[in-house]
Amino acid sequence: MNRTSHPILSMVASRVGLGLLSLLIVSLVIFFSVSLLPGSYASAILGQNATPEAVAALETRLGLDQPAIWRYLSWLAAAATGDLGQSFAGRPVMAVLGPRLLNTITLASITAVIAVPLAITLGVICARFRGRFIDRFLSTSTLASISLPEFFVAYLMMMIFAVKLQWFPSMAGIRNSMDLGEQLYRMVLPILTLLLVILAHMIRNTRAAILSVMSSPYVEMARLKGESEGRVVTRQALPNAIGPIASVVALNLAYLISGVVVIEVVFVYPGVGQAMIDAVRNRDVPVIQACALIFATAYIGFNLLADIVSIVSNPRLLHPR
Amino acid sequence: MRYPTGPIGGQIIARAMSLAPSRRAFLGGAAAVAGAFCLPASLRAEEGPKQGGRLRYGVNDGSQQDSLEPGSWATVMCGAAFNGALCNNLVELLPDGSLAGDLAESWEEAEGATRWTFTLRKGVTFHDGRPFTPEDARQSLLHHMGENSTSGALAIVSQIEEIAVEGEDRLIVTLAQGNADFPYLLSDYHLSIFPAKEGGGIDWESGIGTGAFKLDSFEPGVAVRLLRNPDYHKPGLPHFDEVEFIAIPDRSARLNALLTGEVDVIEDVDIRNVPLIERNPDLVLHRTPSLRHLTFDMNCQTAPFDNAVVRKALKLSLDREDVIAKVFLGEAETGNDNPVARIMPFWAETPPEHRYDPEAARALLAEAGIEGLTVDLSVAESAFPGAVEAGVLFREHAAKAGITINLVQEADDGYWDNVWLVKPFNAADWYGRVTLDWLFATSYTSDAPWNNTGFKNARFDELHAAARSETDPATRGGHYAEMQQILHDEGGVITVAFVSWLLAMSRAIGHGETGGILPADNHRCAERWWRTDV
Repeated sequence: MNRTSHPILSMVASRVGLGLLSLLIVSLVIFFSVSLLPGSYASAILGQNATPEAVAALETRLGLDQPAIWRYLSWLAAAATGDLGQSFAGRPVMAVLGPRLLNTITLASITAVIAVPLAITLGVICARFRGRFIDRFLSTSTLASISLPEFFVAYLMMMIFAVKLQWFPSMAGIRNSMDLGEQLYRMVLPILTLLLVILAHMIRNTRAAILSVMSSPYVEMARLKGESEGRVVTRQALPNAIGPIASVVALNLAYLISGVVVIEVVFVYPGVGQAMIDAVRNRDVPVIQACALIFATAYIGFNLLADIVSIVSNPRLLHPR
Repeated sequence: MRYPTGPIGGQIIARAMSLAPSRRAFLGGAAAVAGAFCLPASLRAEEGPKQGGRLRYGVNDGSQQDSLEPGSWATVMCGAAFNGALCNNLVELLPDGSLAGDLAESWEEAEGATRWTFTLRKGVTFHDGRPFTPEDARQSLLHHMGENSTSGALAIVSQIEEIAVEGEDRLIVTLAQGNADFPYLLSDYHLSIFPAKEGGGIDWESGIGTGAFKLDSFEPGVAVRLLRNPDYHKPGLPHFDEVEFIAIPDRSARLNALLTGEVDVIEDVDIRNVPLIERNPDLVLHRTPSLRHLTFDMNCQTAPFDNAVVRKALKLSLDREDVIAKVFLGEAETGNDNPVARIMPFWAETPPEHRYDPEAARALLAEAGIEGLTVDLSVAESAFPGAVEAGVLFREHAAKAGITINLVQEADDGYWDNVWLVKPFNAADWYGRVTLDWLFATSYTSDAPWNNTGFKNARFDELHAAARSETDPATRGGHYAEMQQILHDEGGVITVAFVSWLLAMSRAIGHGETGGILPADNHRCAERWWRTDV
């Protein structure tokens, strides 16, 4: 009884443990695949000034002359204490990534705050008016926006709103020196693009999840008891569809943190994705490692959250026999 | 637009050896030159530079690795913002490729160009009001020296044996070996002057220089913003009140930023977008001949390229005009199998011009008894943009001369580690060097670290050593002309094209003649350009 009385705690504990193991494996894979890449930080950064002496001096200074396994272990030991080390350029990794991470989180949060309620509402509407015009319209348009690659959506947004209508700037290159109003104004187009990309996915899944519950006997029962169709959907079906909806929301939130590289490049938005591309180009291993950790943590964290939500929302999982 | 005929080497060195021209003389000269070479600019230049306004420059390579530490500078962002706007060097590369004094007013050599005395400009102050002293210059050079130096300028400063300060305005640099080009080398962008610290070293951390602009904000990989320095030592400069260099690595994003007025200038324009920009009445396309050249390099030590006849036949089997028209859409110039750019001092004509002549190539091979010549050419898009297409065309051209070229498409990633300097016939992208001495020492002498053509020629090496400490410009020019002729006749370089810096800018930006040795008007666009609409 004791073991099952805290299903959430035990699940969280085991998931966190598994998550840490995944992080370890991710860091191992990333570290050694970066070492497999041809070229080195020294030759990347010195470019056409890369004389053998300069390369050797730089590698010694960065400790790149040590064996790879030793470099990995010392990085791991430091990372375990929360110290992500120094970028090869000499600044602490957190100083390099901190502002970028903040930008990414800002963009992701604003998008999520708009997208999640909107997607669920629209999904519910689709399910409620299944087969009617609004459902068909949303289903078709979301299918279309899922099918378009995100960079295309981005360029489309840019062409319409920045080049033709000139309502919004084409560049979202926000800087600390700008005030909040201007930062938000510059973020409009990336947010719009991201909305189009993730809304579609979430609306379709919400609709599907609700419809699958709608075929259950207890929904039939509720209808027979004379509940209005709107109440059936929101009161009976929706709470029981929260599990699958939570997982698709979690996936999309994780995408907002780790998958928006293309959007960042197109709109010149200084987020973590651009930082990682930059670091890979320069073979700046500590920064690459930190980015990978951030992305993996986001995925694992959001999925954990989704699992907790599904358990809490499902009495059968909350009180297993 | 044609190449400005580079100044005769003799004049430049004479100028460099005695006294740099006064700033006023230079400005007058630059305006006149601008009128001669660049029509749109001359139309705007009639009104003369105006004061005020802002320049926003879209840079293609800003990185989060960027730092104020001068030895680490590797991007146009650092070059144009820190070297060109925030700081000054002892010397300055003028738009025409010649050298002028900047923080050094004049210099003279002694003892076979081993001892250089620089007289420094008086009354110059750093942005925080500190006066500029010879010790600042000394520490700024010492910063790049030493055993553990990782500076990009290491190759230059390693020639220095000693740097001494004499009196209040003299810096004496002693070299291990005579080098008549030494003042030229001091124009290297890493060798910017920062204030010296008490007890040695320089204070680069606080972002204080002597330049035309003061640092306002610096976000690595995002942007650098600078504000006008009212106490700048060059009279009448700079023109802008504010400059901002913004990193936009993606080409389409860069073009969009220009089209939507987010920036005034973008660099590294995709040649496929040239017609789009030329159609736009608000934009101007600007081409500055550069040192950058794209080559197919044959290793002279490896069969069959160890045979001079084979090299000559291959040089005659490439239709350069065809490649330039089809691959570079006309946005490039032919070279004559001489890696020296026409804008460089001491560039020399190397007759005869190697043109596409499959019959002559076939005859050459037949005469030497070589039949069915087959070679492997390694290419990749990362070798130079368009290398694969150029290789395909070369294969077709050479087939008419009876030569079979097997095109080997190499992996993009790691091309510079695994193919360049390794495979016997490969495509390469060269950004050039400020001086011929340095260019040859990096890539064409027997012991050059990047001798991609495996070129070993005793006469060439001898001339190189003789020219290095030769202080008579005429004799030096003669040596360099002979060296270029040797490379043209016997070397392993097939120059595919010389490319220009391709900038697109708003019509509201005015400028004189622009320098092409370094990007962004030899890095100094911030202080040289102006707005016409203020």
